[in-house]
Amino acid sequence: MSEASAPTAVTTERLGHWYREMLRIRLFEDKVQELFLRNLVQGTTHLCQGQEAVSVGVSAALTPDDYVTMTYRGHGQALARGMDMEGIFAELMGKRTGVSRGLGGSMHLTDKDLNLIGCFAIVGAGLPVAVGAGMSAKLRGDGRVSVTFFGDGATNIGTFHEALNMASVWQAPVIFVIENNLYGEYTPMRKTTPIDDLAERARPFRMPGVVVDGNDVERVYAAAREAVDRARRGGGPSLLECKTYRHRGHSRTDPGKYRPDDEVKAWLARDPLLITGARLRSAGALTEDQDAGLRSELQAQVDASAERAEQADVATLADAKASTYAS
Amino acid sequence: MPAEAPAAPEVATQELTYREAVRLALEHEMAADPTVLLFGEDVGEPGGPFKTTEGLLQRFGPNRVFDTPIAENCFVGVGIGLAVTGFRPVVEIMFADFLAVAMDAVVNEAAKYRFMSGGKFEVPLTIRAIGGGTGRFGAQHSATAESWFAGVPGLKVVAVSSPSDAYGLLRTAIRDPNPVLFLEHKGLYVRKGPVQVGEGGLIPIGSARVRREGSQATVVATLLMVERALAAAQHLAADGIDVEVIDLRSIAPMDLGTVRRSVEKTGRLLTVEEQPVNQGWGNSVIASLVEAGVAFKRPPRRIGLPDYPMPYSPVLEDAVLPSAESIAATMRELVRPA
Repeated sequence: MSEASAPTAVTTERLGHWYREMLRIRLFEDKVQELFLRNLVQGTTHLCQGQEAVSVGVSAALTPDDYVTMTYRGHGQALARGMDMEGIFAELMGKRTGVSRGLGGSMHLTDKDLNLIGCFAIVGAGLPVAVGAGMSAKLRGDGRVSVTFFGDGATNIGTFHEALNMASVWQAPVIFVIENNLYGEYTPMRKTTPIDDLAERARPFRMPGVVVDGNDVERVYAAAREAVDRARRGGGPSLLECKTYRHRGHSRTDPGKYRPDDEVKAWLARDPLLITGARLRSAGALTEDQDAGLRSELQAQVDASAERAEQADVATLADAKASTYAS
Repeated sequence: MPAEAPAAPEVATQELTYREAVRLALEHEMAADPTVLLFGEDVGEPGGPFKTTEGLLQRFGPNRVFDTPIAENCFVGVGIGLAVTGFRPVVEIMFADFLAVAMDAVVNEAAKYRFMSGGKFEVPLTIRAIGGGTGRFGAQHSATAESWFAGVPGLKVVAVSSPSDAYGLLRTAIRDPNPVLFLEHKGLYVRKGPVQVGEGGLIPIGSARVRREGSQATVVATLLMVERALAAAQHLAADGIDVEVIDLRSIAPMDLGTVRRSVEKTGRLLTVEEQPVNQGWGNSVIASLVEAGVAFKRPPRRIGLPDYPMPYSPVLEDAVLPSAESIAATMRELVRPA
């Protein structure tokens, strides 16, 4: 296990793009919360405010051909990967125009064209699938890699250990990305896990394990880039632990009251948007006016996408039936 | 990938064991389609725990036939990942009981994958599982697992009782764009029978097979129970009782039309399954015919395993498995009630 090295220099322009992407995800998630309160989104959602740097930093290290699996907290990765925002809103509202025709919902956002091959509501389910996708790339020899996002909680389930083991013995090009937000649902990690740094769990599987500040998009990108490059040149899998924090509760019914105030406060001060925003400001690339302009531009985009989604037709039972079996 | 050796010449009909039929189906599909892969525990160098994959590693190479760690849930998931990215994997579950370990991958992932994506993905994954009693393997190595998976939309469940079905249905399963659970019975591997090999031997999933025609009663069975039902029918014929035997062959989807036509003719029905009858597929068969208004001359009967796990003791295992004698006795009651 190691600490991630200092980020490689990226251009201010690129950093500005990442800031924009993180902000877009933030405003999207805030909008989902609002739609929930209006009962336009039902059931449950697992929002990722505070964790945007992981989605954006890792995605920046990938090509469109690379495979990605994610979890029920997957809106950020879907957006960072380029999934159509209106299609996601429509999915969350149970519309036929949703990315999964309204059959999947918030927890199952997939897009074959974007190689977002799986999104799972079973903890740990995405890891074996990602190993399969990595093996697919390896057998074809096409240089693709496979990335799987999952939470700290998943590192205590069997498939985590099984998948790391298989990826290692087969030297599959897989990057296992832990979004460690310190809580497995409502329970703090210290009550469920005997170690602080989950990247340690790479060692028995003989793969590199790296701890990175998951709220610093540049550091996430640099660490992901290293792991992706290694996998692409045949160097096998890696485990990347991104330490981060969710600003909200586990799911929409959870106010997150079990978290100490000073802990929440400390992490809010380390908001990924603040960290990257400060860097851009000190580089003279983001004035207050520009920031406000960007926010209102993105907010308008988010609002318009949600409104269009709201107007769409609802999902159909005919689609449900037709989507169960392929013929 | 290594260059393919030319396919073995396909003789129209061959006398094969059930084991050879499984092996040949794998070989022929792998030769026909370079995206077909085979993996599981001991399927490579050792040739499979039941020798159903012998020689395939040598023929197709380590990129297409490989051994996995003992981690069923994970390697079924790996199969899904390969299936949604362009391959047609066949995974082997050494004992069907171990499907319980892979339940999540089979039920929550493979079966629902296409649905959850709004129909965008296909999951051409075949899961072969070897089940059934007679091996003296006890409580954790003897399940047929038929009904564990029969109520899972998105999944097909096939159970084969003869060499020709093993060959024809396995090839079809591998070509199917959906996940197919393919159940084999370990007590049948040495059985011999004629197999039409080649394209002409393919059998569609979801078609039951009338194994013996008869007029007075219908027996529906799967796996090992088919040959026992046939033996029972043979005994009964000597007593002048004429029994029709149907091999269901596919639990999901289920060919109720074939069963219905038979029962409309005979008016009597017995289902025989190698699993507890509570929640077994026999219930679905009977309920469907009742709902369809089929007229029964006698109340239908079900036989299967008792409601406890498979005992090890050979005497006890033999006692709990439905036998030709117990099937014949029940049929007799159905046809000539005391």
